Amino acid sequence: MNRIDAKRRNVVDHRKKQFAEATYQPQQYPHRLNFYTTPPTADITLEQFEQWAIDRLRILAELEACSFRNKTPAETAAHMEPLLKKYLPLDSTSSNHSQLFTQRQKDHYSHFILRLAFSSTEDLRRRFTRVESMLFRLRFQGDDMKERNAFVRTLNLDWEPVSEEEKRELAAELAATVGFAGKRGQPTVQEEEWSKVDWERVPDLIEHRKVFVKRGKAYVPSREQQSMVMTEFNARLEKALELTARALPRLDEDDRLTPILNHLSKNFIAPDSVYTNSSSVIEGAEISARNIDNLSQHFPMCMAHLHRTLRRDSKLRHFGRLQYTLFLKGIGLNLEECLVFWRSSFNKMTDDEFNKGYRYNVRHVYGDVGGDSNRRSGGYSPYSCQKILTEHAPGNGEAHGCPYRHFDEQNLMALLEGVGISDKVVLQGVREDKQKQKFHMACNRVFEYVHKNELRRAKDESVMTAAQLETIVHPNEYFKRSYLLKNMGKIAKKEGDGDVKMEG
Amino acid sequence: MPHSSSTPEQQEAPARTQLTPTMEDTTLNLGNGGLTDEDLLMADVDEVESPPVVTPAAVEPPSSAPAAKPESTEEDAPVEIKQETKAEIRLEDLFEGMDSGSDDEFSGSKTDRDVATGQVPPSSPGPVAPAGSNPDLLRVFYQLLFPWRYYFQWLNHSPQPTPDFKFREFSLWLTGGVVFRFQSYATLDLLRKDVFKHLPERIEIGPIYTANPRDRKTFRNSSAFRPIAKELCFDIDLTDYDDVRTCCDKANICIKCWQFITMAIKVLDVALREDFGYEHIMWVYSGRRGAHAWVCDRQARNLDDHKRKALGNYFSVVKGGEKTGKRVNVRRPLHPHLARSLDILKEHFLTDVLEAQDPWREEDRAEKLLQLLPDIKLRQALKEKWEFNPGRSSTAKWGDIDSVAKSIGSVNTKDLLEAKQDVVLEYTYPRLDILVTEQKTHLLKSPFVVHPGTGRVCVPIDTNDLEGFDPLDVPTIGGLVNEIDADTSGGGGMKKEGDGDEDKKGAEWERTSIKPYIDQFRGFVHGLLREEREFVRVKREREEEGGGLDF
Repeated sequence: MNRIDAKRRNVVDHRKKQFAEATYQPQQYPHRLNFYTTPPTADITLEQFEQWAIDRLRILAELEACSFRNKTPAETAAHMEPLLKKYLPLDSTSSNHSQLFTQRQKDHYSHFILRLAFSSTEDLRRRFTRVESMLFRLRFQGDDMKERNAFVRTLNLDWEPVSEEEKRELAAELAATVGFAGKRGQPTVQEEEWSKVDWERVPDLIEHRKVFVKRGKAYVPSREQQSMVMTEFNARLEKALELTARALPRLDEDDRLTPILNHLSKNFIAPDSVYTNSSSVIEGAEISARNIDNLSQHFPMCMAHLHRTLRRDSKLRHFGRLQYTLFLKGIGLNLEECLVFWRSSFNKMTDDEFNKGYRYNVRHVYGDVGGDSNRRSGGYSPYSCQKILTEHAPGNGEAHGCPYRHFDEQNLMALLEGVGISDKVVLQGVREDKQKQKFHMACNRVFEYVHKNELRRAKDESVMTAAQLETIVHPNEYFKRSYLLKNMGKIAKKEGDGDVKMEG
Repeated sequence: MPHSSSTPEQQEAPARTQLTPTMEDTTLNLGNGGLTDEDLLMADVDEVESPPVVTPAAVEPPSSAPAAKPESTEEDAPVEIKQETKAEIRLEDLFEGMDSGSDDEFSGSKTDRDVATGQVPPSSPGPVAPAGSNPDLLRVFYQLLFPWRYYFQWLNHSPQPTPDFKFREFSLWLTGGVVFRFQSYATLDLLRKDVFKHLPERIEIGPIYTANPRDRKTFRNSSAFRPIAKELCFDIDLTDYDDVRTCCDKANICIKCWQFITMAIKVLDVALREDFGYEHIMWVYSGRRGAHAWVCDRQARNLDDHKRKALGNYFSVVKGGEKTGKRVNVRRPLHPHLARSLDILKEHFLTDVLEAQDPWREEDRAEKLLQLLPDIKLRQALKEKWEFNPGRSSTAKWGDIDSVAKSIGSVNTKDLLEAKQDVVLEYTYPRLDILVTEQKTHLLKSPFVVHPGTGRVCVPIDTNDLEGFDPLDVPTIGGLVNEIDADTSGGGGMKKEGDGDEDKKGAEWERTSIKPYIDQFRGFVHGLLREEREFVRVKREREEEGGGLDF
């Protein structure tokens, strides 16, 4: 692990050490997969620096888009294959590819360059970890079994291999491990490689009784080792990113890299935060408390449902308020108007109750109060579909979440019919999307149906760019696009591309 | 405040009637004399490693004779009234959070209690208070019967007070619904003093925090004050079995439905030991209708919530509620844990469920069984058969499934077997209150406190003699106090006074029916401490080898 060649250590007089050239062992890449523990040390050109980073970014962005569109792992793999080949090829050792070293070096270096670019904020770090682990998982799954096992062994995860003898003794128990139902084509207990680990390292496998556990040791087949490797990968990357963030200020003096890095991270803006700035505000639209009822025709189902619930009950539960307030903030409702809106909507309570129980929360969301970092960053970002779909599923009496996901089929149909969507084909399509868990598709299907005339016109007159007609993955994008389409004639000036994109 | 008024009126146990009037005084003014006494007794009991239980002399000047004397009797109405008012003042102090701990009057001693005979004081109005929250009984209980010393060692894991004890949250539930949360105590004596002062009807134990829970509001960020350790706990409650037991419901239990708890303990206990390698597992009767497990191994104590959740779900087999339909759907082949559990449960299913509970005798209840079976033809045939012969027992019906299936012939035997296994699991597999397991911060009732409703003491359950445990036979606070009475008045008191040597040998509890339970607890705690000592020794050796830290 030590990067400095042990034999050459301390050759330099310690007083002159800071001026001495560091000497490193040349990097080797014995495995296709890489845990990225050792930073790169060789020189590369500035062009390479930028190009490699951009190539990797392209891959990561595409991966993220796949997850937003709810692609299955198989679909994602199929989708990514050509792209990976083009931008970030990484061949297995057995392929004896002539470019093996270059490929791996590029993979290694680009990872570390992006670390620099994406370690500055918590949000970026989290996102970077997510997409990087998606990439790693993809490669891990695609890796040759033998090479993968060899790689896992180098990680020193302190797994104890299970001896043949023990395998025989525990054959009956091990056979009950998930996936060993005696099907053909699967390795038998004896053929499989098992390892013993503390159960505490694989709580997910324990939780679902997927593996056999004896006296605190879980017996994990190599197939399930993925979950352990991924946990480890994530944990290490998170830790490393935080260290990078701390070291980042030292880069400030470097005027060659900083602009490149800044540029990179700007192109990796989270969909979560893309609507905080003014780019999403539509000029000419009257966004005010009293106009919300009118504007609500442009809302996606999730927000329309919140709005209807609010009007019906004159109140919303916490997560509903949060989701809706952020959305309103995203469409450009300012704090004063937002407070007016909530005050008038909660018309069954006294001013005092409202001020005590709700006013602060709204202000906090806008970054008007709260801790330093909250105020400086302008409060929270509007929720993306991803977030609404995955976090805080609604419980009793709660109206937030995504109707396509959290409603059952019957209620969803009733809701859609309630807003005037009665086309049998569309409803059937939505039903199928829901069954396939493609909630975005359902939402976009409804969008296309509701705006079919405008969309046709827009296409004919080519008012909107292709990018502006991509799948919607953010409620605020839904609103914006809907508003623009319905008011196509009236708004002369349009904003630039506000879609979620990460591009090089 | 109910404290003083909720006293004795109701007497199921004759003994309490006898005690009553004097007990009233005891509540109010003694305790401190008693405490010293108790200390002496405690200190004498066990000479192994003495330090923690030494009463600070300053706190309570012993004002009365330490031992029980039947002669000290002066009882009259005025005194009683006076004491009642006094009690009220004390309570108010208490709620203002002031420390009124040092009472300076000692007009009687705990020995008073054995004198009075059968008179019910006129000044005890108010509703009938259950025995478990009778302050007089509680006082005696906490002073003479509660195993403080082992309790301390159990939570502290060392003879000297460690953060494990000091930063541990206790919460005291007072009669009348007041709860003091986030209490913590630097020493056992401080805990005892507080308990004697408030006489909580219930003590709950929380996690060990990074810092003193009493200072929790002084920390700026949440990382400075957070829970770091707690015993891994499991909670089984018979109310969760209401849909499968027919003998009782809600809070009521009998020995028949207690068997559900017995089998749950068997399944969990062996799994915790065999699967997870834990050794220090204590099962405690919760006082009314359930049992708690305290897994005290160091590793278990240090689990984070994520892993606790994983463990909790490992043991969640019966899912959903009444509306869910089939509640057990486990993967085949059965996980070794489930296969083992099934082996244990099969027997119980035949005797304790089918015979004892007879859950499917009525037609509508049998309908439920039918829903759990796979084949529609089979269901139809069974239904007809049972309609034709009403009143067949559950055992007979269970047998019918196989015989009818055979006569039909087309039923997939593998599916049927699996469905039957699922039925057995649904009716017998432990049903846990999962939150208790998942969250470190979840409070759980302490062992050895008294259940306020039933008056039964939350005693440990001996897993070697599970069948022998009868929850209805557990010592009650009233019964125990009675036993002490009988003991002291029946010559015991005299003996005590005269023969010091004999006396040193035993605390009051040694002569009551709680003894076997405390002995068991002591054994458990000793086992735990031995391992903790070993851990400390190994750690120290390692440190010495490595860093040269001198000790």
